[in-house]
Amino acid sequence: MSKKRRNPKVDQQIDENLRRVYAEAAEEPVPDRFTQLLEQLRQQEQSKQGDEDGTNK
Amino acid sequence: MNQSIDPKDELVEHLPAMRAFALSLARNAATADDLVQDTVVKAWSNLDKFEQGTNMRAWLFTILRNTYYSMHRKRKREVEDPEGVITEALSEKPSHDGRLALKDFREAFAQLPAEQREALVLVGAEGFSYEDAAAMCGCAIGTIKSRTNRARKRLAELMHLDDEDDLEMTDTATLAVVTGQPTA
Repeated sequence: MSKKRRNPKVDQQIDENLRRVYAEAAEEPVPDRFTQLLEQLRQQEQSKQGDEDGTNK
Repeated sequence: MNQSIDPKDELVEHLPAMRAFALSLARNAATADDLVQDTVVKAWSNLDKFEQGTNMRAWLFTILRNTYYSMHRKRKREVEDPEGVITEALSEKPSHDGRLALKDFREAFAQLPAEQREALVLVGAEGFSYEDAAAMCGCAIGTIKSRTNRARKRLAELMHLDDEDDLEMTDTATLAVVTGQPTA
């Protein structure tokens, strides 16, 4: 609204709030569904590699 | 540092940050985790395109935000309930003692446009350079700068930090909360 220079302290406050909120979210334990998903992806890949090696069939 | 780490193992290390970034975009936990899931699947099948030695988090975040925007475009017509989304996001966290400022912050942050939330998180929270953030968002460096500036300005307005008179009071009080230390 007004053209006055923004107070750097305000930006600092905002960034500190931001980092705090973000860190809180990033500290949450990762749900099991992601561990399971990665496990699944690894297994798919292994069976695919098996196909390529001709070990299946 | 990560040279010897298999990218498949490294991916796991970025999951918590991916969830935090996804939450700041999607603003509700369920959508955020769907977003992370899609990102993991895409990243996994494209890992051969990841250049080892480059920043994997930047690479993953790029996939994540692209997924978000394409998902968002698809859903735009069904879900246009910003109020509901904000309420839901807020109710996920109980407000603890002395966390009023953070609750206000979350509420204000959720009102920003997605592009501004994204720019602010990448630069302000993750500490990416303007240059890296611009590359990740596929836009000019100046665009990232103006998005973060507008985001900070709007947050200051929403949290009533832009008023010089208020500042004297809220400054010390909020900083005390944020840093956990008296600011004298």
